[in-house]
Amino acid sequence: MDVTSAFAEAFSLITRLDTGFLAIVGLSLRVTFTAVALAALVGLPLGAWLAMTRFPGRSVLVVAINALMGLPPVVAGLIVFLMLSRSGPLGGWGLLFTPAAMVMAQTLLVLPIVVSLTRATLEELWTEYRDHLTSLGLTGHRAIPTLLWDGRFALATGLLAGFGRASAEVGAVLMVGGNIAHYTRTMTTAIALETSKGDLPLALGLGIVLMTLTLAINAAAYAASRIGARYAG
Amino acid sequence: MGASILPLRADGLALIRDGQRLLDNMSFVIPQGGITTIVGPNGAGKSLTLRLCHGLILPDEGNVSWAHDARLRHAMVFQQPVMLRRSVRANIVHALNAVAHRSPQERANEALARFNLNALADRPARLLSGGERQKLAIARAWALEPEVLFLDEPTSQLDPAATREIEALILALSQEGLTILMTTHDLGQARRLADRILFFNRGRLIEDRDAASFFDAPETPQARAFLAGELI
Amino acid sequence: MFNRRIVLSLALATFASAAVAQTPERFIVVSSTTSTTDSGLFNHILPLFKTKTGIDVRVVSQGTGQALDTGRRGDADVVFVHAKPQEEKFIADGFGVERKPVMYNDFVLIGPKSDPAGIKGATDIVAALKTIQTKQAPFVSRGDKSGTHSAELSLWKTAGIEGEQLKGAWYREIGQGMGAALNTTSALNGYVLSDRATWLNFKNRGELAIVVEGDKRLFNQYGVILVNPAKHTNVKAKDGQAFIDWLISPEGQKAIGDYKINGEVLFFPNAQQPGA
Repeated sequence: MDVTSAFAEAFSLITRLDTGFLAIVGLSLRVTFTAVALAALVGLPLGAWLAMTRFPGRSVLVVAINALMGLPPVVAGLIVFLMLSRSGPLGGWGLLFTPAAMVMAQTLLVLPIVVSLTRATLEELWTEYRDHLTSLGLTGHRAIPTLLWDGRFALATGLLAGFGRASAEVGAVLMVGGNIAHYTRTMTTAIALETSKGDLPLALGLGIVLMTLTLAINAAAYAASRIGARYAG
Repeated sequence: MGASILPLRADGLALIRDGQRLLDNMSFVIPQGGITTIVGPNGAGKSLTLRLCHGLILPDEGNVSWAHDARLRHAMVFQQPVMLRRSVRANIVHALNAVAHRSPQERANEALARFNLNALADRPARLLSGGERQKLAIARAWALEPEVLFLDEPTSQLDPAATREIEALILALSQEGLTILMTTHDLGQARRLADRILFFNRGRLIEDRDAASFFDAPETPQARAFLAGELI
Repeated sequence: MFNRRIVLSLALATFASAAVAQTPERFIVVSSTTSTTDSGLFNHILPLFKTKTGIDVRVVSQGTGQALDTGRRGDADVVFVHAKPQEEKFIADGFGVERKPVMYNDFVLIGPKSDPAGIKGATDIVAALKTIQTKQAPFVSRGDKSGTHSAELSLWKTAGIEGEQLKGAWYREIGQGMGAALNTTSALNGYVLSDRATWLNFKNRGELAIVVEGDKRLFNQYGVILVNPAKHTNVKAKDGQAFIDWLISPEGQKAIGDYKINGEVLFFPNAQQPGA
């Protein structure tokens, strides 16, 4: 089947909303949304705390977290795999080869981004707002809600970046999810599988959806930064 | 409202950085009412003194004392007002929530009306002009129902028209009963606004007198030099 | 503003728990090989098993070596591969309970229509491989400890070729599955040993076609093993055994034999064949 007809069939798959196709897209979105939500739940407070505190070794920690933003997805996958395997420390949970494991691996990838960006954003805001907030009695952790809200556009951009990173990776989810049909097969792992089977239309169709998703994320991030710039004056 | 937090007493305040005394043996009393203006050349310690009184920094020697628990009963407006990345109204509401005001929305509306900010209420605060920002900062501070208002060089960044508007506001607030302690490097402004002058030079209080006496007959050579424009 | 955030976090939390909640259905994890999965066999037979027993079968497909390792670690309940010596070692080491033969398929030698080694139509696989090596025609090997890889290496060995002789620009070890190997071979216009099922299912053929088939030494036997519950208490022994019993039952064997691509049977059920 040549590339042109592959594209044509790919578009047909998308437009006729093939159920198997939709299931794969749906799973990918659920896994990544959950991972980003968890990373935000943990990462926003953690980044805020890091921004507002000083302790010996803090700069080492900041550098380490920044470095973790570049954690290779396969390594994140390997770490989660070793933990969740029955022969591993958390084997009793029985989570290997399930969507939960994929969420864990992707959370691991997104978390450093969220923490790092939150810390940087809030640190900068605190420097600017310090006098005013101190004047109002909002020091230390009491300043955090104000800083988080005022930094909302930069933080939203960070979350979108995390979403983009998680939805684009294949190594981690392949390793810990097992690419099981109808269960742990996401867009990226399906593309890898279908390509290796030579089934280009399906791979292409998924690739198109994935690219559209990436474009949408980037557009949203751009919009967020533009609105943010307006509020920032 | 409770008992007044005034008078404010500064006793032997000193601030030491890198072995240098930025403030030395600073003592004065601020009673209720009136506009007290701190004047002096750059580096005289005017801003530092205000920040010490407001509690933003702590003195290395001496202390600042109020007649009663003064927490959140005095407010400060800075030279470059801090505008939160929100609307004008939200800036005021935020401050009121921070001090746990009983009815933030109502009080914010009062502030917007009193300071003629209704037209700008929903605009992002950071899009305001310099004069509008300073007006918002004062409105925000006023909304907190303080007894004392500290103003640090409130018009040094503003054009003449905005300066006049802010000065009129300061006079009006003083007439309403707010005790005001402000700094300025603009002698004309000091003449227009001050009831009392504290003249600083190099971290020390040189003269502490009512405004008329200070401007007509300065006692110290430094004051005379400063008024002649020779001290910088 | 604060209310909005509370609602948002609640929504996200619910979302999260919904996404991650373990389904209460019955399931087993079977580790099998990429060739078996790529052939599409599981898509055909697993729904039949589920309808009969209500047990969902989750297949994790890897190379044979990896599949057996997954069983060793206890991350699967059943192992279903095609490498008898490795399977027997698996059981001897205590990781598996018993090996049951299930089906066989055959390997075919795939090559380009241009046939640089000139072996098209040959019936002797060993001689054909010898010719490929002599002529240094490009050959792609899976190189991934898989059943196919083991079969390939033992065929080379029968031809008296091993070790150092399998090195050189002509012999490409890619360390990946059958589909990837076929893709690479198509791109290189070279030769590759593939299982028939994956080949029939493969859609990116380019210039490739079958050049050698039918030699008895190309037959590829599949075995299924229950992972030893004594080694890993989490193994679902009952449901895993149910799957094995079904595979070798007349019903399961018929389901396997019914799976065809373009009218061709891919896997020949032979659970009853002695010595398989």
